[in-house]
Amino acid sequence: MTSLVDQEYIKVIIFKLADKEYAIPVSDVQGIEKLMHITRVPKAEKYVKGVINLRGVVTPIIDLRERFDLPASGYVDSTRIIIVTLDSMEVGFVVDSANDVIDIPLSAIEHQPDVVGSIEVDFISGVAKIENRLLILLQLDKVLNLER
Amino acid sequence: MEMNQYLEMFIEESKEHLQSCSDNLLELEKNPEDIAIVNEIFRSAHTLKGMSATMGYEDLADLTHKMENVLDAIRNHKISVNSEILDVVFESVDHLEAMIMDVANGGDGKRDVKVTVEKLKAIESGQPIEAIQAKEEVAITVTEATTLPKLQYDDYEKTVLQQSSEQEINAFEIAVSLREDCLLKAARVFMVFDILEKSGDVIKSVPSVDQLEEEKFDQQFQVALLTKESAEEIQKKIMKVSEVDSVTVTKLSQELFAASANEITHDESTNVGVADTPVVIENNPKPESSNQTKTPSNSSKTNQHTTSKTIRVSIERLDILMNLFEELVIDRGRLQSISTEVNHGELNETVERMSRTMGDLQNIVLTMRMVPVDTVFNRFPKMVRSLSRDLHKKINLEIIGAETELDRTVIDEIGDPLVHLIRNSLDHGIESPEVRRAKGKPEEGTVVLRAYHSGNYVFIEIEDDGAGINKEKVLQKAISRGIVTKESANSLTDKQINELILASGFSTAEVISDISGRGVGLDVVKTTIESLGGSISIESTQDVGSIFSIQLPLTLSIISVMLVEIEQEIYAIPLSSIIETSIIKKSDILNAHNQKVIDFRGKVVPLVYLEEVFEVPRENAIDDEYQSVVIVRKGEKLAGLVVDSFIGQQEIVLKSLGNYLTNIFAISGATILGNGKVALIVDCNALMK
Repeated sequence: MTSLVDQEYIKVIIFKLADKEYAIPVSDVQGIEKLMHITRVPKAEKYVKGVINLRGVVTPIIDLRERFDLPASGYVDSTRIIIVTLDSMEVGFVVDSANDVIDIPLSAIEHQPDVVGSIEVDFISGVAKIENRLLILLQLDKVLNLER
Repeated sequence: MEMNQYLEMFIEESKEHLQSCSDNLLELEKNPEDIAIVNEIFRSAHTLKGMSATMGYEDLADLTHKMENVLDAIRNHKISVNSEILDVVFESVDHLEAMIMDVANGGDGKRDVKVTVEKLKAIESGQPIEAIQAKEEVAITVTEATTLPKLQYDDYEKTVLQQSSEQEINAFEIAVSLREDCLLKAARVFMVFDILEKSGDVIKSVPSVDQLEEEKFDQQFQVALLTKESAEEIQKKIMKVSEVDSVTVTKLSQELFAASANEITHDESTNVGVADTPVVIENNPKPESSNQTKTPSNSSKTNQHTTSKTIRVSIERLDILMNLFEELVIDRGRLQSISTEVNHGELNETVERMSRTMGDLQNIVLTMRMVPVDTVFNRFPKMVRSLSRDLHKKINLEIIGAETELDRTVIDEIGDPLVHLIRNSLDHGIESPEVRRAKGKPEEGTVVLRAYHSGNYVFIEIEDDGAGINKEKVLQKAISRGIVTKESANSLTDKQINELILASGFSTAEVISDISGRGVGLDVVKTTIESLGGSISIESTQDVGSIFSIQLPLTLSIISVMLVEIEQEIYAIPLSSIIETSIIKKSDILNAHNQKVIDFRGKVVPLVYLEEVFEVPRENAIDDEYQSVVIVRKGEKLAGLVVDSFIGQQEIVLKSLGNYLTNIFAISGATILGNGKVALIVDCNALMK
């Protein structure tokens, strides 16, 4: 019964940022792209790196390290852009690497962001402990600063 | 049943049918005796009625039904067309339009149309419309003759009959009545027609074939047949069809249709008096309407449906197509550079062929968004008709170049400004008949609505032969409103004075009329047109007339830009705001109040360093003796944008930055360059306050 599975699990994409693992629901993700030329947009927010040409659609790019006030690391081979859609808005997130898709049992998700104890608490909707991994679930609308 | 999914289609199609109704009504006013036009209107109304009934809009269906009754009476020659009747039909169409708009805006399509319905009923029953208020409910059945009326023939049919009698072909009028308990009337009709068509040519039937097929008749119908067979043969053949009650075959003699011809000429003579209504001429290059003096006989031939086959595609899908296409263009660029590197004969050939095909494809993709301006213009004839009646003026509207195409996005925006300008021309431009006579002009004023392509622009002009603009008055008003000073007023050219009426806070109307004086001046028109990247200019000679000329870009999605470079970044500056580019010496830059300026052809022009505005990160400062400057303008103001170098002029596809990045200072959008990178488009207006 698919409905049962839907209720018990949530499929997420896992990405790394400064050695921590974060998760976004697959349903919000449009695709994962390799790094490409980013055109700087003057006078935009600092964490907005600019815009890319995503198959003909001009898509803004947010550097998640800068968004979370993490130290910048420079872009490497494994750097990826995760394209997410929220409220008919397409935005790309620059992350250190992205390579895993897993099902998280809903029961494993705890609403205890304090456990993480880091600066980005505001952006977190919960954490999930799967085997030995601690996954941080992101709250996309907060990351995009939409509640202004 | 879930109706929502059909609602949009219903609204669109209803609008189309209503438009066709008003177009044909205007046509009918010119040719009141042309029954083919009435049939056309009837068909539209009938479809509309069916659609609205299906969708559950009973009021709509009901009013259409009443209107249909009147039309039916007209085409069956029970009543003849005159301007009063047309007024009422126009009124009904107006109501229907309002109802559809209501439905489109989420309403239930209800509206109080009692008065109009009463009028329609009165017309149908042959009463004078004036008597409506006093009249009591009269049974409509009076007009519904119990015996079948004699067949009526229009000129075309009469000619056919005449010719056939000369060729010794018999013309019969055949009345067929089916048995009362006949179950499948349409099927029987079909069988009868099958027999008739094998024996000869059916030239007319009452009710019409459509109605017969839809079983819209009681038991009887009549046809006119041309055949070489005898009356008895025909009768026998038809009687073989089961459920046929009786068949009467009457030979149609010369005198018979001469008699019906008399009736028609009688009808015509009553219509001659209608000439005082404003005549609307549509000057299309299409052959059927360009011939103003056409006779009813040939119009009934040419007025046959010439609709081209089309499908509706949402703009969204076209946008997706456009995006995909741009991807292809970028890949083509890459392929081309690879093929020049590799220099392989067959590869080169293939890439070249592909490029050519892509060129053609590009044309098609771009023109798919183009719509003829007719979709906007078509509402004006009716508007002018009713306005000229309200204003008691005689106005003749000519439309030229309605087939000129414009981008859909421009079309959507341009309607309201045009309505405004036409109202203005009718209200303030064209004088009343008395004044015109006194001035030695023809009583009937002419308003010309003209559209044409020129270069990368479309021009729309509204020309009238009215009073023109009173420059003295305009100047006084402008000075009193503080729009210009007395001193500067003297140096204004005639054209500049004319264009003062477009300034905000300006209205020349002494008395606020409900036609154009709605508290909104023409400045709204100017703003809308400028927001579309267009411009408007006015030429006017007092007592001779005025021309309002609107210049619009062909499309909003593709614009010409100048690509410039600052450090490693490429920006696009719209050509529409560029005056020229120039290279200036550093020593020519002057300082004025912490603002660097240059002397550009005797004008002091402030310099804007794009590098500073856009905070371009610079690795090593350049120290060049010369600087590249793009002179841009906003209205009368000039500014010089300082850049590193010019790349060149290019046509680009306009893209938005999306919903996330809104209100980025001085950036109006983006585009994708041949190398696949994004370049930002500079909003020059934001750089000049």
